[in-house]
Amino acid sequence: MNLPADVRPRSRNDQQWVEGWGRWGVPAQEVLSEDLERVGRPAHLFRGLGRSYGDSALPAPGDLSLVTTTLADRILGFTDDGVLRAEAGLSLSELYRLLLPRGWFTPVTPGTRFVTLGGMVASDVHGKNHHVAGCFGEHVKSMHVMVADGSVVRCSPNEHADLFWATVGGMGMTGHILDVEVQLERVPSPWIKQTSYRIPDIDSFTAALKAKGKEWPMTVGWIDCVSGGANLGRGLLMCGRWAQPAEAPATLPPVKPRLTMPDLIPSWLLNPLSIRAFNTLYYWKHIAREKTGIVHPESFFYPLDMIRQWNRMYGRRGFTQYQCVLPESAGLSAPREFLKLLTRRGGASFLCVIKDCGQQGQGMLSFPMPGMSIALDIAVTKNTRLLLDELNEFVISAGGRIYLTKDTFSRPEHFRAMEPRLQAFLDVKKKWDPENRFRSAQSMRMFGDLL
Amino acid sequence: MSTILILGATRGMGRSLARHYAERGHRLILMGRNAEELEASAADARARGPNATIDTAVCDLESPQSFAPALDAAWKVTGKVDTVIVTAALFGTQAQLEADPILLEKVLRVSFTHTILFCEEARKRLMGQGGGTLCVFSSVAGDRGRKPVGLYGAAKAGLSHYLESLDHNYRAQGLVTVCVKPGFVKTGMTAGLKPPPFAGEPDQVAGDVARAIAAGRPLIYTPFMWRWVMLVIRNLPRFVMRKINF
Repeated sequence: MNLPADVRPRSRNDQQWVEGWGRWGVPAQEVLSEDLERVGRPAHLFRGLGRSYGDSALPAPGDLSLVTTTLADRILGFTDDGVLRAEAGLSLSELYRLLLPRGWFTPVTPGTRFVTLGGMVASDVHGKNHHVAGCFGEHVKSMHVMVADGSVVRCSPNEHADLFWATVGGMGMTGHILDVEVQLERVPSPWIKQTSYRIPDIDSFTAALKAKGKEWPMTVGWIDCVSGGANLGRGLLMCGRWAQPAEAPATLPPVKPRLTMPDLIPSWLLNPLSIRAFNTLYYWKHIAREKTGIVHPESFFYPLDMIRQWNRMYGRRGFTQYQCVLPESAGLSAPREFLKLLTRRGGASFLCVIKDCGQQGQGMLSFPMPGMSIALDIAVTKNTRLLLDELNEFVISAGGRIYLTKDTFSRPEHFRAMEPRLQAFLDVKKKWDPENRFRSAQSMRMFGDLL
Repeated sequence: MSTILILGATRGMGRSLARHYAERGHRLILMGRNAEELEASAADARARGPNATIDTAVCDLESPQSFAPALDAAWKVTGKVDTVIVTAALFGTQAQLEADPILLEKVLRVSFTHTILFCEEARKRLMGQGGGTLCVFSSVAGDRGRKPVGLYGAAKAGLSHYLESLDHNYRAQGLVTVCVKPGFVKTGMTAGLKPPPFAGEPDQVAGDVARAIAAGRPLIYTPFMWRWVMLVIRNLPRFVMRKINF
């Protein structure tokens, strides 16, 4: 396996430690400062709130430190027409808290609000509205990036466009993102109008996502990927839009209490049996075929954020998320074949999320493409890498790709087979960073030898 | 709505306090040593608190000659200042300070002498207008001579001493002194140090400090657990303090 030898679960002897959300990490020092220019100059990698699951926000082998940007979180400007300029470490959580009550929200949000603006650009995040709004990067107007020679370059779709679109979705490999200017979206109320449907199988699911996507700006599905046979890919489809003031409560959504997952969960707690039980319960909790109501925006966008450190649920062995997109050209049956392969291999996933993607964005390594995106959480066991190899081979044959933000274990040859765009990206990287100063454990694993 | 002046407003706990008051619509004067940084922090405070009024003045704790002009400017703009908060300071680890006498002299001078000089200037103006609150960040490091913060703690011990005397001397005449003793707080100042249990976040400290100011409490430990931690530490016998590395 081509995994850098030192990416691993934490052991008791590790003092300074940096890990991905899947709890695999490396011993390294986090540098914290309000002054990103000063600490960025000698640094190889910036990191935000560490919600990347894999090794994309971990230092490359031999690098002993990285910069965590969260103290650089000032709003530098906010105009009446919703253009926000802020330092890279500003969290979406702060943006949500401050601006949603004033009628503004990010045009694209991932499934957690504990991400930074810089991280949202670097991963070019997508959300439940990808089929209409595209990725986050498409709403970014400009940014300042510290490039390899230490200078700060302003880039936008019209100014150093190559640097801009290589930085959008570029996982921090073109330079350090210092600040971001983004067009926010005006929302009619801070509440969500949601209709959810119980869906009996995967084929109905792909059809329903397509059909409902025409009526709703936000759609996402949760599927039970443990049950096979006629129940394969059954699940719940959530559709939503911002509620109009007339249908929403006049009050602001209350601040929800948050629990913290203790770091005591034994690794055996999540096993195929308990996962099957959870999936079945969750499915049948939704007895009605269809439910409609006004819901709290956090329940709609960020259900997992209710529990701090939910990643501890998998115990110390850690977990990985596998997210791929299966393109339309692979045919409507591709998601079914994918789930069949998964259930046959016993790849029980506690959570499995399905979403249809819209057009591919301009980010040179952006993840989404028109087709069906499937995301699975998989506890790390000795069979995980074999399972991922098989899933990756399926994705390659379907013409799809994986999401770097989630990945820890994919082989570089698999990644390259999925990414015909890689060479063009590396050409831009070489232009701005000829000596490969900007690097991570993941970049060295995936394409370190090509630089 | 009150008028609050913060020296050290661009970073760390000062930044959190500025945001806390801006979001609640107060009148703020942000002070720091760098005009450009102050402007960025003022923009941040305005965006977060559209109902707040924000001004800035350059004032550098390293140069005492900047104190009077900066404070005069603040009083001129606002007429009356209800609360002066000082979060600015210099820090060095015990190892850095032992190795570098020039840095040591600077840390001691800025965190002790200059801070007191600034407080004296602020005190005169606050009392001249009939009273007000002076809230200054000292540290738990000044509570006991401890191995890892011996030198830095010496300056903070002196500062705490001075602040207590202000409270005794002038509370009856309307000057409320609030001495803040933060424990370990995760800011740029402590970056690279291993956080002990009960490490706090700057926003949490800001909330605690704002409550202490509103209540006029002369002394506050924050996060609150440090009150009990330091109670134990202050009472440990010397032979134990020689053994432990806390």
